[in-house]
Amino acid sequence: MNTAVSHDLVKEIIGSLDGAKLTAGAASRQQALNTLEKSGLPGAKHEEYRFTPITRFLEKNFTGPASATPSLPSVDEFLINNLEANVLTFVNGQFTPVFSKIISPELTVTPLSEAITRQNPLVERYFQKILETESDPFALLNTACWQEGLVLHVPEHTSVDKPVLILYVNDATSGQVLSHTRILAVIETGSFLSVIEKSDSVGTNPVFHTLSEEWVVKENSHLEYCKIQNDSGKICQVSNTVIHQADSSLLNTFTLTLDGQLIRNNLKILIDGEQCESHFYGLYLLTGNTLADNHTVVDHRKPNSFSNELYKGVMDGHAKGVFNGKIFVRPHAQKTNAFQSNRNILVSDTATINTKPQLEIWADDVKCSHGCTSGQLDEEAMFYLRSRGIAESSAKALLLYAFAAEVLAPIQNETLKTYLDTLIANRLNKNF
Amino acid sequence: MSKGNQVLEELTSKEYEHGWTVNLEADEAPKGLNENIVRFISAKKGEPEWLLEWRLKAFRQWEKMAEPKWPNVTYPPIQYQDIIYYSAPKQKVSPTSLNEVDPELIKTFEKLGISLTEQKRLTGVAVDAVIDSVSVATTFKEKLSELGIIFCSFSEAVREHPELVKKYLGSVVPMNDNYFAALNSAVFSDGSFCYIPKGVRCPMELSTYFRINAANTGQFERTLIVAEEGSYVSYLEGCTAPMRDENQLHAAVVELYTMKDAEIKYSTVQNWYPGDKHGKGGIYNFVTKRGLCAGDHSKISWTQVETGSAITWKYPSCVLKGDYSVGEFYSVAVTNNYQQADTGTKMIHIGKNTRSRIVSKGISAGKSQNSYRGQVHVLKRATNARNHSQCDSLLMGDQCGAHTFPYIDVENNSARIEHEATTSKIGEDQIFYCLQRGIDEEAAVALIVNGYAKEVLNQLPMEFAVEAQKLLALTLEGSVG
Repeated sequence: MNTAVSHDLVKEIIGSLDGAKLTAGAASRQQALNTLEKSGLPGAKHEEYRFTPITRFLEKNFTGPASATPSLPSVDEFLINNLEANVLTFVNGQFTPVFSKIISPELTVTPLSEAITRQNPLVERYFQKILETESDPFALLNTACWQEGLVLHVPEHTSVDKPVLILYVNDATSGQVLSHTRILAVIETGSFLSVIEKSDSVGTNPVFHTLSEEWVVKENSHLEYCKIQNDSGKICQVSNTVIHQADSSLLNTFTLTLDGQLIRNNLKILIDGEQCESHFYGLYLLTGNTLADNHTVVDHRKPNSFSNELYKGVMDGHAKGVFNGKIFVRPHAQKTNAFQSNRNILVSDTATINTKPQLEIWADDVKCSHGCTSGQLDEEAMFYLRSRGIAESSAKALLLYAFAAEVLAPIQNETLKTYLDTLIANRLNKNF
Repeated sequence: MSKGNQVLEELTSKEYEHGWTVNLEADEAPKGLNENIVRFISAKKGEPEWLLEWRLKAFRQWEKMAEPKWPNVTYPPIQYQDIIYYSAPKQKVSPTSLNEVDPELIKTFEKLGISLTEQKRLTGVAVDAVIDSVSVATTFKEKLSELGIIFCSFSEAVREHPELVKKYLGSVVPMNDNYFAALNSAVFSDGSFCYIPKGVRCPMELSTYFRINAANTGQFERTLIVAEEGSYVSYLEGCTAPMRDENQLHAAVVELYTMKDAEIKYSTVQNWYPGDKHGKGGIYNFVTKRGLCAGDHSKISWTQVETGSAITWKYPSCVLKGDYSVGEFYSVAVTNNYQQADTGTKMIHIGKNTRSRIVSKGISAGKSQNSYRGQVHVLKRATNARNHSQCDSLLMGDQCGAHTFPYIDVENNSARIEHEATTSKIGEDQIFYCLQRGIDEEAAVALIVNGYAKEVLNQLPMEFAVEAQKLLALTLEGSVG
């Protein structure tokens, strides 16, 4: 890697931000910046970014420090039809109250910069505590130069019945966009929250978006987390999501990646309590030149918990799928059950998949397994459908849909499920 | 489970069985490594100019390389300038018969159970014994040479068959392949060379026993096996080393080259000194092993049973270049006390309709760390490639670790790749079942572990299977507590 180049790049990106707004959390920003200036952005030799050339993409597509000013009249086109939800909208990295609405009074939402200035106890207690910024260069970058963030708080024994829809809209109509956003959410004991994150962009100029998120799920709480990446713009997105689970908490995550140029999702689940349950599902249906890279970590730190991971992918065109799933079972996390599965289908002969499921176990009384496959559609199943008069393209679509739709199973919200189902069916050309 | 603990203690306090030192008057090079040492080794062995040039080229490349840091093992930095890179057992004349061989040497072999005399002839194993880097005796040579098979020490091959050595040396593992391969290429002392001519099926298992003897001597073996069209050979490699307090570096290179329709089966039982129960001493086993299936329908099969060494770091790999070629990897790796193992394989699918199979069984006990690291890479032109990998880990005790790092890279959509891995401990119900039927705990564990590893042990030739089973039992019986 040419570190000199990426150093300049780091400086350019930092230079692109409005210095006046970056005062909140100045000490941690400076610290992250210092580390980042030493390490640079990851090159092709970086083990975690071997297949995901984000640095090269940035060097190639971004010139100068300028970030375009948004001129969106409305964000309605990006909402999910019929979904009654609290909407929180970021436009080009800035929280935009005019495009946001909160319909659940029990949910508290505070802009992060305001929370820091007013010394909100949640920030003191949780902000930058569970996200290990050193672990990822883009988490460092985000820590150094986040523009705005949100603090979400659900009080004890409260079920927020309407989901929260977080929209990340990047308006690149008049020029390139660099945006860096943050989320800190605390779900107190015995509560429930459902979150949907959706990224979209308008315009044809390049967009670079980093987001770092910290989710604290306390005892007996339940978090539903869904991420939808169907952004047809020229977007490179790197997200670092860390979810901390306390005793007896329940977590369901679902990540759907359909479009974008370069998508990197770092999802880390810290199971720091007993009797926890974690299900994390992912689906990437890729075409064109999209590269989607899912790096997941589940870290079992306490005994008697359960985690189950299922990621599936269908790659067409020149698409590239990258998967890395780590399961850590720490020395005292006995009686852990951890399962992981990654299944891939390569449709075209120019698509590729690089997958690396990884188990690291330091406790003996555990049951852990992982499996991963790469293959194509079952010829016998195809023949069965063809022999019953179903056209080849329809048969293919049907089988691919059946393969993909399995991961939708854990989604509770029916409106959301229908929406996701339509997205998947459209992508796979299932028209019947 | 107190009995289990007791047995575990007995086991872990067991001293290394093969630990003794034979006093040989070694003919050593001075400590350290520079161009002069490389020239010294080459001159000592009376090598031709081209080989010296090759070594020097490797040495210059090595100087520019950095030691890799990515494996999941930790060890104090190796002082490359404190190692003696050449040491040969002193012999005044080259032996023409066994009687002329140093009697101390013969004693060593007897202790190891390697008989160079009638006994071995009856078992049908030809032994090319390597002690401190120089081959001292080779049996069955005539019988093999009748068939046109060349099986000799590497230095002899350089003298007698320079054209073959020149052609194939470094053809599978280039001199600058990695840090330790480059080091080996510069200073390799001796090793084995094997050439099977076209259409010949080697009638016996070929076997080499390696043994490290003088203190502070790194062992840099080089093995090269070439199987011509339609030939077959099964090669055994076994290792034991005497007890030592200082860490010893072993950086061997093994190259296998198979032509059309040829097959090489390479089996290893590795039981080098693993260090004492506090993790002191032991061998660093950093080996580069690779086979090239150059011709269509060729096959390479690696089988390894790894029980020794303080650190094992090796990935016997197959480059499946020929169409319809087959690569196999069967491994049992056992670690105890403070041992560390980072081992696995690489299957590179280049040809069409290539197949590979990986079966890896890791067993960790004590405070050891056991990692499987493997790569299955299907290149664009490798239509209909097929792979199945299975990596299981068994944990005994709550202070050891098992790690799996499989890399699966597929660039062809007709490939079918499957990987599965599990980690668990020996089931208490299984042990209970045995106990209930009057099988004591020690025997039960041996039974379960042998059953667990059977898929791999079955691949070993008879002679080795027995030794391997003994080794497994020795290292693991009663490790459940």
